[in-house]
Amino acid sequence: MLNVVKAELRKMKRPSLTLVTFSIVAALSALFTSLIFLRLGSTSDRPRGREIAQTIESMSHSDGGYYSFSIMGLFIGLIALTVFASQSANEYTYGTLRNLLVRQPSRMKLLVGKLMAMIIFSLLLTIFAAIVNISLSYIESSQGHVDTKLWLSSKALSGFFTTFGNMVLGTIGYGLIGMSLGIILKSPMSAISISLLWFMVLENILEAVLSSSAKWLPGSALSAVSSGGSKIFTYQRGLLMSAAYLLLFGGVATLLFKRRDVSS
Amino acid sequence: MPPLAISVNDLSKIYGEQTAVSHATFDVPLGSVCGFVGPNGSGKTTTIRMLLGLITPTGGTGTVLGEDIASPEKYLAKVGAMIEGPAFYPMLSGRENLKVLADLGGFPHERVDTLLQKVGLGERGFSKFKTYSLGMKQRLGIAAALLPQPQLLILDEPTNGLDPNGIQEIRELIKELAEGGTSVFVSSHILAELEMISEYLVMLRKGKVIFAGKTQDLLGNQKPVTAFKPEYQVDLNRLVDIVKNLGYEPRVENGAVHIPVGAEIGATLNRAAFEAGITLSAITTSQPTLEETFFEMTGE
Repeated sequence: MLNVVKAELRKMKRPSLTLVTFSIVAALSALFTSLIFLRLGSTSDRPRGREIAQTIESMSHSDGGYYSFSIMGLFIGLIALTVFASQSANEYTYGTLRNLLVRQPSRMKLLVGKLMAMIIFSLLLTIFAAIVNISLSYIESSQGHVDTKLWLSSKALSGFFTTFGNMVLGTIGYGLIGMSLGIILKSPMSAISISLLWFMVLENILEAVLSSSAKWLPGSALSAVSSGGSKIFTYQRGLLMSAAYLLLFGGVATLLFKRRDVSS
Repeated sequence: MPPLAISVNDLSKIYGEQTAVSHATFDVPLGSVCGFVGPNGSGKTTTIRMLLGLITPTGGTGTVLGEDIASPEKYLAKVGAMIEGPAFYPMLSGRENLKVLADLGGFPHERVDTLLQKVGLGERGFSKFKTYSLGMKQRLGIAAALLPQPQLLILDEPTNGLDPNGIQEIRELIKELAEGGTSVFVSSHILAELEMISEYLVMLRKGKVIFAGKTQDLLGNQKPVTAFKPEYQVDLNRLVDIVKNLGYEPRVENGAVHIPVGAEIGATLNRAAFEAGITLSAITTSQPTLEETFFEMTGE
C-alpha cells in the first residue's frame, strides 16, 4: 500500500501540477484577503439598510486572522476535485492503468493507495491555503487598522483548528467526488466539466428555482462541512448528507474500478 | 512434461456477441522464447491481457509460472510486460516514469538508470516522455517490462516503430534474456524476426489457436516450394500454363513461378519448358518461411 502512495505522490509532485495548483490557491487567497480588507468598514460607518460583510471590529475578534481562509472552502474543494478527477481519469486516457495493475495487481490496494496520496495532497493544499491567507491577513491588518491581539489567543487557535479540520474534510469530500467521476467516466474533461457545471451552476439554479431542494444537494452539504454548518444545513446534517453522497459515488467507482476490464 | 511458463486451457473471451478469443489452448515451456502470431484482431492482445489479469476470461483456465490467472497477484511480481504499445505519463520524464513503476513494485531506483542505459535511453532519461519518438517510447516500454528482473517477459509488438538497428537490438536482448533463463512470450508482426528467435510458436486466427508447438515442427511440416525463373519475362505466362498442365497450382512472385513441390519436379518441368522453347535461368527449392506459412495458414 505504501508503495502505491509513494508512486502516486511521485506523479503528483511534478512541477506542472504542483506549481499551477498551488499558484491558483495563492492567487485566490490573495484575492479573497485583499477584497475583505479593501471592503472593511467601521460599524459606525455602516449606512442604514446596507450590509457590510466584515468590519474593523469584527476582524479584530479571535476568528479575524483566519476569516479569509474560512470562506475559501468551495474553491479549495473545487481545485481538489479537478486534481483528483484528472489524476484518476488520466490513467484511462493515457492507458497507464494497465502498467500500474501489472505492478500492483490488487485493485483495492491500488485504489486505496491513490486515495491516500490524494488525501495527503488535499492536506498540503489546505495547509498552504491557511498559511497564505493568515500571512496576508497579518500584512493587510496593519493597513486596515485591525487589532490582531486576539488572533493568537487560545480561542483563536482552537477556532482555527476546528475550521482547518472542516476545510480538510470538505476538500477531501469534493476530491472524492472528482476521483469517483474520473473513474466512472474515464475522461478528465467530462469528469471535470460535469462536476464544475453541477457545483457552480446547476446547484445554484436548482436552489433558486426550488428552494427546498437545497437541503438535498451534495454541494450545499459539502459547503456546510467546510464552513462548519450553514443556513441550510447544520454541521451534523451536512456531514451525514455528504457521507451518503460519497458512499454512493465512491461505491459505484470502487465497483467499476475493481470489476471493469482494462482494455485500453 | 517440462515445467510451463504459460499454460492456457479452453480460454475464451466474449464481448457481447463478439468472440475475441475462442477456446484457446496452448503451453509455453519455461525458459523458452515463444512467438505469438496472428493477424490484427485475431485475439493476441486480449489473450495477453487475460494472462496479466487485466481482463477476466469468459471461460476456460490458465496458469502463469504455475499460478492460476485468477490470482495475478501471485505471479505478476515475477512478470515483466509491455502491452499494446508503451503507455506512460507524458508530463514526466522517462526516468520519472520508470521510478513511478519502481516505487509501485518496490524495485530499487538504481535499476532505473541501469535499464535506461541498457535500452539506449541513458542520455534522454531526463527528457519528458511526450518529447520521445515512437522508437524511444518503445524502448522505455521495454525498460519498464525489465524492471522486475522477470522470470517471464511478455511483449506485445516490441519492435513497433523501431528502425532496423533497434529491431536487431531487441532481438539480441531477447536472445540474451532467454540465455539467462527468462521465458519470453512475444507477439510481433515481423515474422522473420520471430522465426529467428522463437523456439515455440502460437498462431491465432479469428480468436482460435491454429498452431501451438515447436517452430521447427510447423516449418518442417510445410511442403517445400520450388521456383522456376524464365530467362525472358515474356515467357512467364506460357510457363504458368505448362505448370498448370502438369497438374500444379502455381503462384507467380518476383518474376518466377512457385510450386509447392520439392526439387523432384525440377527435371520434369525443365524438360517441358525446353520443349516449349523456354529457357529457365534459375530453379531453386526452399522451405517456406514463417511468413509464407503464416499467410497460407491464416489465409491473409
